[in-house]
Amino acid sequence: MIIKVPPASACREFEVTPEATYLSRRALMGGVAALAAASALPAWAAGEAPRYEGVEAGAPPAWLQAKLGQVRWQAVTAPGEAITPYKDATHYNNFYEFGTDKSDPAENAASLKTQPWSVVIEGEVAKPGTYALEDVVKPHELEERIYRLRCVEAWSMVIPWLGFPLADLLKRVEPTSKARYVRFETLQDPASMPGQRSSFSYIRWPYEEGLRLDEAMHPLTLMAVGMYGRELPNQNGAPLRLVVPWKYGFKSIKSIVKISLVAEQPSTTWQSIAPQEYGFYANVNPQVDHPRWTQARERRLPSGLFAPNVRETQMFNGYAEEVASLYAGLDLRKNY
Amino acid sequence: MRYPWFRLGVFILIAAWPLYWVYQAWIFALGPDPGKVLLIRLGLGALVLLLVTLGMTPLQRLTGWSGWLIVRRQLGLWCFAYATLHLVAYLFFVLGLDFNQLGVELRKRPYVIVGALAWLVLLALAITSNRASQRKLGKRWRLLHKFVYLVLGLALLHFLWVVRADWEEWAIYAGAGGLLMLCRVPVVARLLKRPSRKRDISRTSA
Repeated sequence: MIIKVPPASACREFEVTPEATYLSRRALMGGVAALAAASALPAWAAGEAPRYEGVEAGAPPAWLQAKLGQVRWQAVTAPGEAITPYKDATHYNNFYEFGTDKSDPAENAASLKTQPWSVVIEGEVAKPGTYALEDVVKPHELEERIYRLRCVEAWSMVIPWLGFPLADLLKRVEPTSKARYVRFETLQDPASMPGQRSSFSYIRWPYEEGLRLDEAMHPLTLMAVGMYGRELPNQNGAPLRLVVPWKYGFKSIKSIVKISLVAEQPSTTWQSIAPQEYGFYANVNPQVDHPRWTQARERRLPSGLFAPNVRETQMFNGYAEEVASLYAGLDLRKNY
Repeated sequence: MRYPWFRLGVFILIAAWPLYWVYQAWIFALGPDPGKVLLIRLGLGALVLLLVTLGMTPLQRLTGWSGWLIVRRQLGLWCFAYATLHLVAYLFFVLGLDFNQLGVELRKRPYVIVGALAWLVLLALAITSNRASQRKLGKRWRLLHKFVYLVLGLALLHFLWVVRADWEEWAIYAGAGGLLMLCRVPVVARLLKRPSRKRDISRTSA
């Protein structure tokens, strides 16, 4: 028997987007542009035609529907990367509020009520308050950004997000000179989140995460409200989540209800459970192993049974050029 | 050979699971990371089979049916087979057959070390599971095969160290293991035997 081991970087045939799909996307974009030019774009047109294969039709809330026509599609791309199939990105999730199995969130997250949704913005800001989600999003132009997502568990995906830079939101609420960190909090609602009802969990709810202010202001840091050209499915952190592509996935907190600007480094969920395993920074770093497994390589999903799609992990998940300067002079072995 | 159909039934039932899982992976029913799913299922399968194996003696005591003891060796060997497949899945899907990395993992990761130890003990038990070894080892054979209790401890520790946030599932398996160990305490073992005898007596007197 001949066992062929292709290099990890080699694209396999099934990863290639069919030409028909590729061309039809162009046709679709052209069509959308033409419609927009004629300013005859009905609200439903952009939402109805899926931009990616296999996307379940969403039911975008009115505030999102109004913006879908003016999205800057593919504002950031991931050259040479195949986008993860929608089915995989939405049925293989870590969202422990809905259970610890990868398939649990897709099964259980329907109970999450995302409308109405409000976000508390507080702490060291000139304009604190409780904002309705539509008011949080309204002033911002949405853009699509295709980012690599690297989970701390050594698997990865490539996902087209829809959102706006967190920096733009922070500027609006005017951080004071004392603000040095941003703290985020996920919804706590045991009635709709079965994982929060488990009495065997190490996690103290609500889930909390944090960034240094300069990380939060970095242009790559995204507040996402959608993916694959539609609103976020519940299991992916609807209706509002963070996406920080150069950090392990657990930093990209989901279903955000509170954003606080603070002076001290906030405590974060995984760090408080196992500080020797998960640091505050959690930058993707192939040289610093998780104590229980290596971070040098990752399984790019979907990874076949007989053709495991294993590849080398890149420093800062391939975003070193943009973000390495944030950590100049910092010992990344200590500050993992 | 006594109870041939029972033995065959047990054989088919346990052999079918891994085949079914590989089939599921083949038709993409295991999601985007089928290797990881297989790895976890085989590991859990080995643990379940270990618990089932350890359940045969108490069952025999409770029911008085000797069929339970007749499949005990087969079940133990199946546990070893699943553990071996779990190991192969780890080497293939997690390490990508990078044996240098295996050396690193065996030095650095306690849960890998504990898992490897458990597998080595199972290997020793599987090799000496035949009649010839029983005869050759004599009294020492019984002592050697008591090491299956050590395997249970190691397997549960291996599992606990993989848990990241919620140990409910682990607690269920550990509880089952604890219960089966409790059945081995002489006082409890005697208690298990008594009701079955009483039932026999009541049956004959009725």
